[in-house]
Amino acid sequence: MPEPPKRKKKQSPYTADRGWVGAYEGETVTRRALFSGGAAAAGGVATAAFALPALGFALGPLFEQQNPRTWQDVGPEADFNPQSYVPKVITLSTDAGEAGKATIYVRKYDPAKDTDKLKQPYVVVSTRCAHAGCPVRYVQAAQRFICPCHGGVYDFDGKVAGGPPVRPLDRFDSKVVNGRVQVGMRFSLDSKLERHKPRDPGQHLDGLWQYLYPSRPTT
Amino acid sequence: MKLLPGPLRRKNGKDETKPKNGNGNGTTTALRRPNAPDKQAEEREKEANRQRLKETATEVPIAALGWIDERTGGGPFLRGFLFRKVPKGTNWYYTLGSATMFAFLSQAVTGVFLAMYYRPSATEAYASVQHINDDVFMGLLVRGMHKWGATVMVVLIFLHMGRTFFFGAYKYPRELNWIIGVVLLILTLVMALTGYLLPFDQRSFWATVVAANITGTGPIVGPYLADFLRGGAEFGATTLSRFYAIHMLLIPGLIAALIGAHLFLVAKLGTTAPPWLKAEKARDLAQEEI
Repeated sequence: MPEPPKRKKKQSPYTADRGWVGAYEGETVTRRALFSGGAAAAGGVATAAFALPALGFALGPLFEQQNPRTWQDVGPEADFNPQSYVPKVITLSTDAGEAGKATIYVRKYDPAKDTDKLKQPYVVVSTRCAHAGCPVRYVQAAQRFICPCHGGVYDFDGKVAGGPPVRPLDRFDSKVVNGRVQVGMRFSLDSKLERHKPRDPGQHLDGLWQYLYPSRPTT
Repeated sequence: MKLLPGPLRRKNGKDETKPKNGNGNGTTTALRRPNAPDKQAEEREKEANRQRLKETATEVPIAALGWIDERTGGGPFLRGFLFRKVPKGTNWYYTLGSATMFAFLSQAVTGVFLAMYYRPSATEAYASVQHINDDVFMGLLVRGMHKWGATVMVVLIFLHMGRTFFFGAYKYPRELNWIIGVVLLILTLVMALTGYLLPFDQRSFWATVVAANITGTGPIVGPYLADFLRGGAEFGATTLSRFYAIHMLLIPGLIAALIGAHLFLVAKLGTTAPPWLKAEKARDLAQEEI
């Protein structure tokens, strides 16, 4: 059986006693060690001085909301009805030109038929497919939203009717001001059409899933 | 020798100084004009000048290289790198790595020149690519090389990886080189992804939207990574300039540095023989077996 390791004898703090190269009477750190450490520390500080701001610069957009919460006018109330969707174009990203615009589908809320408790005067459906983000198209004959990329199909309420999407189509806030319909910020829905903070496509929202795909400061 | 003017340089000690004109005793005959140009002497002069020029032409580059070599000591390194021994059985499959590197070099060069005309702004990018295609002299060719070269590079890097895998060239002591190679593969795919957005047509746009959303499906960190890629919650102008900076500056630098490390290890460790080649027995061992 091997001997239990003996506790090391406590060493003298003085460099001279420990026989170090460059030792000097009464010193606990050699000059060489002090200067090497100092040079390394100075280098580290200098590197951090440019690297940390650069990193913050790159990561900054993760922690701020860039697009202000604005309301966009999409037309007078007379344009819309509860039976079918009307396509409108709104701006999602203000500085990206055409690429920042997106189509939405708008219809009037029907208290007799609609069951959701979102308290929105208008049903404003995002065309962003909840699978991978392709643009869905509303087909009136089938009363379905259909995605061209991977065959996602949604019913009249935007609930998943088939294909790979993981949750209903997102919607937008709506309100009526002076007889004109205004569209606000996007929000996401789980399969019971309950409201959640906006998520990206492909992210489940039912049950525990909503914690695996947390809401972010940017939305 | 080379310090002497041409006419004084005589080959093989042959005496050609004897004047060919005149009567040999320094006087001229009445039939010859005293200052008549000596054609043969002129010829000799010209020939000597040509010879001297030839010598200088060969000496100057050697001297220049010598000047550099004396100050860098790079000669032995280059000789070791370029004329290193390779195992028996080395074949064309061993050139796939160099082929990938040349694909990268071609991408780097064409990319630099494309950047002279490309404008990484959401409102101008598409028009600037159309401009490169339609108006710029040879723009179609340079952009075409960059576009198709990207595919070539991805294909080549996979073939190179396959060669390494099937030849067992990733084994000890070359594991680190395999790891560097995997990082290079990932960086190449990041280049492919970020470069895909830059033409900013419908295909680029939706491909990037889908790519960012797929990134977002990673649990817990996914949504933040997607935000990082897009530079925000929505696809915007930041996304394009971000992809452009990653594609132009960040990844190419990393790839170049890692290719350097990769090559250093290749030169240092040498290459492996193909697996179908049996190890040669030492001669005395073979004798003993008999």
